Amino acid sequence: MVPFAFARPATLSETFAVLDEHGDEASLLAGGTDLVIELRNRSRRPKVVIDLKRVAELRPGISERGGWLTITATTAMTDVQENALVQMWFPALVDAAATVGSVQIRNRATLAGNMCHASPAADTAPPLLVYGAVVNVASARGARRVKLDEFLVGPRQTVLQRGEVVTSIDLPIATERRAATFVRITRRRGVDLATVSLCCLVDASGSTRFAYGAVGPRPFLVADETGALSDPSADDESKSTVLRALLEQASPISDVRGSREYREAMLLVMSRRALLSSIERLGAA
Amino acid sequence: MRIHVTVNGSEHDVETEANMTLLDFLRDGLRLTGTKECCAVGECGACTVLVDGRAVNSCLMLTAESDGGEVTTIEGLAAGGKLSVLQDAFLASGAVQCGFCIPGQVVAAHHLLARNPHPTLDEVKEGLSGNLCRCGGYMQICAAVVAAGRANR
Ligand code: FES
Ligand code: FES
Repeated sequence: MVPFAFARPATLSETFAVLDEHGDEASLLAGGTDLVIELRNRSRRPKVVIDLKRVAELRPGISERGGWLTITATTAMTDVQENALVQMWFPALVDAAATVGSVQIRNRATLAGNMCHASPAADTAPPLLVYGAVVNVASARGARRVKLDEFLVGPRQTVLQRGEVVTSIDLPIATERRAATFVRITRRRGVDLATVSLCCLVDASGSTRFAYGAVGPRPFLVADETGALSDPSADDESKSTVLRALLEQASPISDVRGSREYREAMLLVMSRRALLSSIERLGAA
Repeated sequence: MRIHVTVNGSEHDVETEANMTLLDFLRDGLRLTGTKECCAVGECGACTVLVDGRAVNSCLMLTAESDGGEVTTIEGLAAGGKLSVLQDAFLASGAVQCGFCIPGQVVAAHHLLARNPHPTLDEVKEGLSGNLCRCGGYMQICAAVVAAGRANR
């Protein structure tokens, strides 16, 4: 690791001051499970690392207010997994958080960090996308809210501007009946990145949303509002036609985890399975 | 920078470089070499320690992050010179081959048992999925943890 200074702001305004002073030469540290690797392999050489874990406004926490569930920036995956409100309203997010890395990783890695790192394979992105997550961003100039679908730009790229910090992630609590399923293929069970991951959400009004990870430069969200997919009586062939059209956005590549052809084949199979399971769960709910 | 950290019950008030991992601090600074370095990227679990009661990969933490916290390493698990029930179970099950992964396995299993005192075999596999054993002694390792859970009853 190249030497760097270590800043431990106690408040958001102190954080903005350090960020404004150092700009691109500062790296934000939450759980550190991605950052420390990049520091060690020197793909990042910041002048200063800013630890967000002592910022009063960003303390770990999951709270409900005005129809939204808010998960603060330093909340670890383990806390997301174990939270009763997340379990009740966003079970597919629990399933996805439970697949991140290992127990040791989940005890440190944060949900917000998983989004800011913006890996195309980020495990928690597909459920956050189908649940309609909104990212709260703040800087010395003020705060703004960005839909997660717009927040993620490309591999390792988000809309975050110089001086900005993600303060929390908001999830809208649905009043309508709905069910979601997260599925993921990996080469082995623990500590592996997804070959393909996806989340499918069906709601009582008949709309179906899919979000996909690891099959494009960024996780992406698509929807069928016609009701064709969620109709339990529709035949498989017509559903597959709709699914194929939704999957046109997927642009999987070949890498060590799987070939493009394998990913393409699995996308349809997994989408069908997740859809079936979501319809079943909706019926049982 | 100056930090204050409690390791295995003893307090340390030390000067540390910002770019030093907790793993290097434990091994090189405090000479607690039970904690192992292997992959150094969070994949093998050989460097597992407890920080404020939670199992973490010490290779992915900066020492400065532990300021004000409590760290427990493998050296801190035996009380009064007596091995813990879990450590005894590792010996009794023949779970230790070359031994390199074992400190990490034991600390991860300790954390698992603290949260789930009587885990099933599947729960043990899931709980230890962040710990690799290059000798491939997984069956004995998992059996040891299940046995320790039974002995806890
Ligand atoms: S050395 Fe830390 S996980 Fe492998
Ligand atoms: S006992 Fe040799 S690596 Fe596990």
